[in-house]
Amino acid sequence: MTTSHAAEEASTSESHYVDHENPIIGLHNCKLIQQGAEARVWEGVYLGKPAVLKQRFSKRYRHPSLDARLTQTRLKQEVRSMLRARKLGVLTPCVLCVEHEASTIYFERVEGVSVKQALSSGALQPAAQLELLRAIGSAIAALHDGGVIHGDLTTSNLLVRAADNALVVIDFGLSSNSSIAEDKAVDLYVLERAFTSAHASCGPLFEDVLASYRQHSRLWCPTLNKFAEVRMRGRKRAMVG
Amino acid sequence: MIALGIEGSANKVGVGIVREDGTILANPRHTYITPPGHGFLPKQTALHHQEHLVALVQAALKEAGVTPADISCIAYTKGPGMGGPLVTCAVVARMLSQLWRVPLVAVNHCVGHIEMGRAVTGARDPVVLYVSGGNTQVIAYAERRYRIFGETIDMAVGNCLDRFARVLHLSNDPSPGYNIEQLAKQGMRYIELPYVVKGMDVSFSGILSFVEEAAGRMLADGSATPADLCFSLQETLFAMLVEITERAMAHCGAPDVLIVGGVGCNMRLQEMMGVMVSERGARLYAIDERYCIDNGAMIAWPGLLALKHGQATPLSESTCTQRFRTDDVLVTWRD
Ligand SMILES: Nc1ncnc2c1ncn2[C@@H]1O[C@H](COP(=O)(O)OP(=O)(O)O)[C@@H](O)[C@H]1O
Ligand SMILES: [Mg+2]
Repeated sequence: MTTSHAAEEASTSESHYVDHENPIIGLHNCKLIQQGAEARVWEGVYLGKPAVLKQRFSKRYRHPSLDARLTQTRLKQEVRSMLRARKLGVLTPCVLCVEHEASTIYFERVEGVSVKQALSSGALQPAAQLELLRAIGSAIAALHDGGVIHGDLTTSNLLVRAADNALVVIDFGLSSNSSIAEDKAVDLYVLERAFTSAHASCGPLFEDVLASYRQHSRLWCPTLNKFAEVRMRGRKRAMVG
Repeated sequence: MIALGIEGSANKVGVGIVREDGTILANPRHTYITPPGHGFLPKQTALHHQEHLVALVQAALKEAGVTPADISCIAYTKGPGMGGPLVTCAVVARMLSQLWRVPLVAVNHCVGHIEMGRAVTGARDPVVLYVSGGNTQVIAYAERRYRIFGETIDMAVGNCLDRFARVLHLSNDPSPGYNIEQLAKQGMRYIELPYVVKGMDVSFSGILSFVEEAAGRMLADGSATPADLCFSLQETLFAMLVEITERAMAHCGAPDVLIVGGVGCNMRLQEMMGVMVSERGARLYAIDERYCIDNGAMIAWPGLLALKHGQATPLSESTCTQRFRTDDVLVTWRD
């Protein structure tokens, strides 16, 4: 795999040296940009390029074997699915280096804002907004048709690149490989919930995403049927107790 | 003002009497316990509630030292829950309201859990993990509603535990989840189970079928004990719950966590949540089985809050509904 090769190169060459204890040594001018639930994200300069570093940390509340398994599989899935996504024509940041021992990934930094910021700023013209929503639908369709389930679709994990307004998909840690309609449907359901909880006041934005998904996915029919079922399940669940 | 609340949406029936300042004057309840290996069915559960409810009302009045003339309203559970048991309680509530000439207030069961938890712990604006036999939700308050950030996409966590207890033929007394918790303390080996978090949502049905199948196989060939299985199931399910709670905290920037619902009295869940919360420099609010498990006070208290904000329920609208989402309720009593 190209990424582990890159990682090997990085750790053998001195100027690319990355310390396990302090993984941000390879990153210059670094600044913590997000302390999330399972990872810290820094931005800085890596090998002269604007970069982002994502380090997963261990969670003491869970069983050590479970913790190790989740940290490792998420790191691996994140790198793998990003590569697969690019092969499917979906834009994702380049992976610059992977440090397995430190659970750290270095990415190319995308200059721009998240879709969440773009939608809530109110700065988007209606035509540009529709174009963005349609781009989200077609990107997810491409991922799903290629057997990639993102697993954490939210408007924070979709970026709009400043240079050309292109959509860039990030945060593949919870991704999986599947071509089962149920998995794709749940992926869409998670995104719908993110839209309704974060952008309720902006109107039925998700409808445009779905319409574009339908247009672009070869297998839209079984997926959207399942999607309707997953939605109903949410409403019909017994909820006793 | 004093409210009397009646709860009986599942296999517990309870009557609570609560004063305006939040003091709980009485809160007796009775649980319908089925034989090992069996769940509770609506019809028998409703019969159980019918047998005990009037006596519970009398016991509550006596314990609280109040008379019907002191009661300002009758609060009852509108839903969600099982049809028959809900209707049983609603009928008694309507009767008391007519008899004592006081207003009725319909209460959402989930909102009851949240408000009870806030009242007992003093948590002001926490992220709420609501975990019970029928519900698994991560909730935060915003703009007059308890909004659901994450939830199960199939079965509830309590249901998953209860059904596994049935597979192992554990006792339902006092509850299947309690007996899993006790057995898990003797677990030595961690068996790898599926772990399913999707965004802020979770899924348990795949884990249940996996562990049911593993139980049959591993118990037969002696490669695991029932205790190992209970331990591994708890470790896996609770890690998922703590993870989505932490994601919601990061998302809303909320500093505190409150755990409510029957599964919330599990000490291992509280312990794991406590570790997560202390790493974030936040605070955990948890309550014990008196308030975690369904009870009458959790209905009386929000009933009183709603009444004070003019939300009495006319007799003609005093219905029940089996499905009633937490975010359907307009929370008039909070800013
Ligand atoms: N390649 C990137 N370029 C620019 N910003 C990024 C990049 N990767 C992550 N970010 C920013 O960091 C935030 C967190 O990264 P993410 O991978 O989503 O981690 P988490 O799992 O903690 O959500 C994103 O919401 C985004 O704002
Ligand atoms: Mg993210």
